[in-house]
Amino acid sequence: MTAGAIHAAGASRVRPITVAILAMGGEGGGVLADWIVDVAEHGGYLAQATSVPGVAQRTGATIYYLELFPRSAAQARRRDPVLALMPVPGDVDIVIASELMEAGRAVQRGLVTPDRTTLIASTHRVYAITEKIALGEGRVDSAALLEGCRMAARRLIAFDMAGLAEATGSIISAVLFGALAGSGALPFQRTAFEAAVRRGGVGIKASLAAFAAGYEAAKGGTDPAPSIPGSGAAEIRSAALAPLLAEVEQSFPGPALGIAREGVLRAADYQDAAYARLYLQRLKPFIVIEQNHGDGTGRLLAEVARHLALAMTYEDTIRVAELKIRPERFMRVREEARLASGQILEIAEFMHPRVQEIAETLPAPLGRWMLGSRRARALLGRLTRKGRTIRTTSISGFLLLYFVAKMKPLRPRSLRYTIEQDALDRWLKVVAETAQRDYALAVEAAECRALVKGYGETHERGRERFDALMAALPRIADRQDAAPRLAELRKAALADETGEALKKALAALGADDGDHRALAPGDAAGRLSPGEPQHRAA
Amino acid sequence: MAERSFKKEVEKLRLGAGEEFRGEGILAVAKALLQSGVAYVAGYQGAPISHLMDVLTDANEILEELGVRFESSASEATAAATLAASVNYPLRGAVTFKATVGTNVASDALANLASSGVTGGALIIVGEDYGEGSSIMQERSHAFAMKSQIWLLDPRPNLPSIVRAVQEGFELSEASNTPVMLELRIRACHVYGRFTTQDNLRPSFTLKEAVEHPRRDVDRIVLPPASYLHEREKVEKRWPAAVRFIEEHKLNEFFAGDADDIGIVMQGGMYNTAIRALELLGLADAFGESRIPLYVLNVTYPLVDSELIRFCQGKRAILIVEEGQPEFIEQAVNTILRRADCQTRVEGKGMLPLAGEYTGAAMKEGFAKFVRAYRPDLLDRNALTPGAASDARERLEEAAKTVAPNVHPRPPSFCTGCPERPIFAAMKLVERELGPHHVSCDIGCHLFSILPPFNIGQTTMGYGLGGAGAAALNVKAGKRAIAVMGDGGFWHNGLVSSIGNAVFNKSDNVHIIVDNGYSAATGGQDLLSSMADNAIRSTRNPIEKAVRGVGVKWVRTIKRTYDVARMRDTLKDALTTKESGPKVIIAQSECMLNKQRRERPKMGKAIAEGRRVVRERFGVDPETCTGDHSCIRLSGCPSLTIAPHPDPLRKEPVTRVINSCVGCGLCGEVAHAAVLCPSFYRASIISNPTRWDRFKANVRSAVIGYLQRRIGRRMAVMA
Repeated sequence: MTAGAIHAAGASRVRPITVAILAMGGEGGGVLADWIVDVAEHGGYLAQATSVPGVAQRTGATIYYLELFPRSAAQARRRDPVLALMPVPGDVDIVIASELMEAGRAVQRGLVTPDRTTLIASTHRVYAITEKIALGEGRVDSAALLEGCRMAARRLIAFDMAGLAEATGSIISAVLFGALAGSGALPFQRTAFEAAVRRGGVGIKASLAAFAAGYEAAKGGTDPAPSIPGSGAAEIRSAALAPLLAEVEQSFPGPALGIAREGVLRAADYQDAAYARLYLQRLKPFIVIEQNHGDGTGRLLAEVARHLALAMTYEDTIRVAELKIRPERFMRVREEARLASGQILEIAEFMHPRVQEIAETLPAPLGRWMLGSRRARALLGRLTRKGRTIRTTSISGFLLLYFVAKMKPLRPRSLRYTIEQDALDRWLKVVAETAQRDYALAVEAAECRALVKGYGETHERGRERFDALMAALPRIADRQDAAPRLAELRKAALADETGEALKKALAALGADDGDHRALAPGDAAGRLSPGEPQHRAA
Repeated sequence: MAERSFKKEVEKLRLGAGEEFRGEGILAVAKALLQSGVAYVAGYQGAPISHLMDVLTDANEILEELGVRFESSASEATAAATLAASVNYPLRGAVTFKATVGTNVASDALANLASSGVTGGALIIVGEDYGEGSSIMQERSHAFAMKSQIWLLDPRPNLPSIVRAVQEGFELSEASNTPVMLELRIRACHVYGRFTTQDNLRPSFTLKEAVEHPRRDVDRIVLPPASYLHEREKVEKRWPAAVRFIEEHKLNEFFAGDADDIGIVMQGGMYNTAIRALELLGLADAFGESRIPLYVLNVTYPLVDSELIRFCQGKRAILIVEEGQPEFIEQAVNTILRRADCQTRVEGKGMLPLAGEYTGAAMKEGFAKFVRAYRPDLLDRNALTPGAASDARERLEEAAKTVAPNVHPRPPSFCTGCPERPIFAAMKLVERELGPHHVSCDIGCHLFSILPPFNIGQTTMGYGLGGAGAAALNVKAGKRAIAVMGDGGFWHNGLVSSIGNAVFNKSDNVHIIVDNGYSAATGGQDLLSSMADNAIRSTRNPIEKAVRGVGVKWVRTIKRTYDVARMRDTLKDALTTKESGPKVIIAQSECMLNKQRRERPKMGKAIAEGRRVVRERFGVDPETCTGDHSCIRLSGCPSLTIAPHPDPLRKEPVTRVINSCVGCGLCGEVAHAAVLCPSFYRASIISNPTRWDRFKANVRSAVIGYLQRRIGRRMAVMA
């Protein structure tokens, strides 16, 4: 090579088109890369593609990288261009992300830049394991991800491509390919893209439909519409409920209104109109409390309305059986299973009622006896050691649940009912009293009820932690920062399954006070509720 | 049968002279081997060379036509030892495995091979799993080349260069009687590109001739005094011969530039990224015309002193681009220049990162430092500095800050329906009862147990070494250590190193062998114990027989890992039994990825043909799900996810099963075994139901429908 042939800077400024695809293993990112190579090669470009699949193929985040270079420019120079094997931040023309967090990852890695990058991203979420394993809410902020994408990209094309793929019976790669074509970021006609799909040869019809959907959406510049979870509760209206609902409309202010209405309906559905009336009775004192002590937000009333409704409609065996056999539920399962005409659906439930749940369904004295009698426990224990699979679509399975559901009128006399109502009254009392002195703390105390949920061990764990927080409440009540303190404790209660975080947080509280009698959740449970049967302790 | 089929692509291996090959880098290597007249090939799968093994397996017919023997080796040590055939006979042989884990295992055989020296060309193709997405320790193959004096090729990452390296590698090996290692990085293995093909060559000397007419030369056997002779031979004959060959055949490349008082020396594999970095600094164009002279080492070991000294003539400074550490090349270059009393400054790791992948951004920064120090006049003109405008930079920083807390890591994990998941769910349940145990892990998909949601496992010491890693933790104590190993690791060397060792040393530890029928993590290749019929390999050799064969008395085989309760009870039994000696649990269920790949098309076909097919999937009733996600913490299945709660009273997301569910049954088993919640249901969808199915369904819906209407009426009355 002669030194005289140097003209690097200036003489040749033809640059490759650079494309990075961020996907998750098993999503068909490779298929998309193949299509792009094909459309480029047929469109007068040299194409290079590479990836780092390896172990990331197993559902991990992975990146495909392509460079396209005009063949004519290479021919003019009579040599092949040197194409890179990985994206350089700031040097990427097109970033395709198959999911919103992956789009965020591209932004974080600096691959998306305001001067040149067209970012094509699906706005749907595939939750990361860290989001899924939280004991409560663990999801990240989708709006922030989208905002970051909008800030970083020269152009953002974002819509729910997984939804379109599903609607067209295809894979997301085809929608992404359509969106790429629709974006106009590559110098090829729509027909050229479609020809590449046809040459690919697999599932052509569905792929082309998905492609078209993606193309149109990108062309239309679709902006992501926020998805709003629809109300799932069926409205049951009857003569008995009408006056209650009317009362709600009259006496409840803004934010609490909808929740209280939902609560009345839920309680009626759970038991009967009288139970709905009880719900309102319990809730009404808080209207006054809100008026006298509120900060104008109406938060306390709303939260009490919410948690009271949930607490009063705790999931016992009767409730579960009833929900399982409803016709609406059968319809929903059919939809979820995507039953086609001519197909038959069979549904099996996985239930594991233990001595505890059985005894709690019985009338209180009988239930107490059962839990107290070693022999009865042992016998029942043997019978309930294994979980049961009940076929709700079979006549025998349906009847079993049907008869359990029919025990509903007996519920108010059951052991569980007694326990739950007592606990509820105590909680309401604490919240009401707290509100007199510290409104914000009362809101937090109301929110603590969210810890009590679920079944079996989950329920026991939640109940224990709730009790621990309630026990800690008097110790922090006089502090200036009582409300944020309780919020922190609540967060700690949801931080892990073992209770380590809560234990530490409570211990720290003790140290702060100069009180070293740090409470373990178990101790607290025992101290708070002497009236409550001790069988709750695991 | 492997995860990916190359049946279609292997036809490209038949291309003749002057045709154009288009495809993946690793497939090009297979073609280059055939063009070189290779007589035998062997290897052990692992990213990024798994595809090479898969291609060769699928190409067995073509290989047989050409008289090429192909073996799926038991381990990398086996593969390396296979090259012994080239010691005495003029047979060209190649082996392949991943580096550096494979090289570690192979090093005994490699050292002996290198000492003996070879007659026929011996090529070791290593796939470097280094940098982004890597699943192994970050080390260099370079050290192995140096310690055994094996020559190391690191070609530019384009198909013509890679193909040339294969062919010239054999020649270099023969010219210097030394095995040659060809190093390919992961992106080069998977790069899609083009090259012009040549005809395939039949081996000039055949394995048959070797077997029928054995040759022997005691000087080629590693035993004194020959081993002393080998060492002298290496430095006195083989090394100089290699240097001569490299120089004469111009294996290394020089690219001139006008800024000729500085220069860059780089590993061949770094070339494309380096050019891009220079281009972004305005110092090169898209065709690789660089203003700074380049010396590209397609052979990184040995270095050619004379070439290097010539390159440095008239240069104030050179920059060495050498990925990974320690910086062997930089050290060698300093020694060479010092000995030649050459005053050119040597820059390297002082300007480029000491450790980690040399990305485009890292190189751009390093080059900028180098040029700023020695030729600042070259910078600033025409630089393609993206996002240089300050408002753009601010916008970017703001964007990064906005997304940062919302981007979580997404590590690899068990696939949907994976049969290994229930094993760890059971371990979680045992942990709740008996407390935590020390768990020694192995290599394979099961190592994902160390990540959320399971968080199980203390160490991993290597393939088949799960049991060995717990060897010391074996004293009279209140607990026993647990070792996990896959069937891949078991056959790789776990049978002896972990199980045999435990028997011999009277260990009481518990060993779980995950038997999913494949070397699953490397792409679903068959093993000795695979249940599939394989025309060219012997399968269906049960692990239990092997384990009992080395003297284990306490063995339990669980035929269905999804039976979580049984899995849990067996594990508890193993941890508490009074019986002495190692306790081995063989947990069997087929790898779901491979099962689905096989079963799904069959199911589709059966439905299309009108046959009765039942598909199962799971679901969650949102009304009864309270959003605690215990089920997810005991599973982590990709189809088990979360969704906004449809109940307006609840804020926390509900658990949801998406349609990718394969109905493995784990959700139900866990709900039962862990006493979770009654929200899970199993939907069985019967396609093409029989007349009996339809009759049953009609009767049921009549009865159930009647009762459901009654419920509706009663509800209205009560409310």
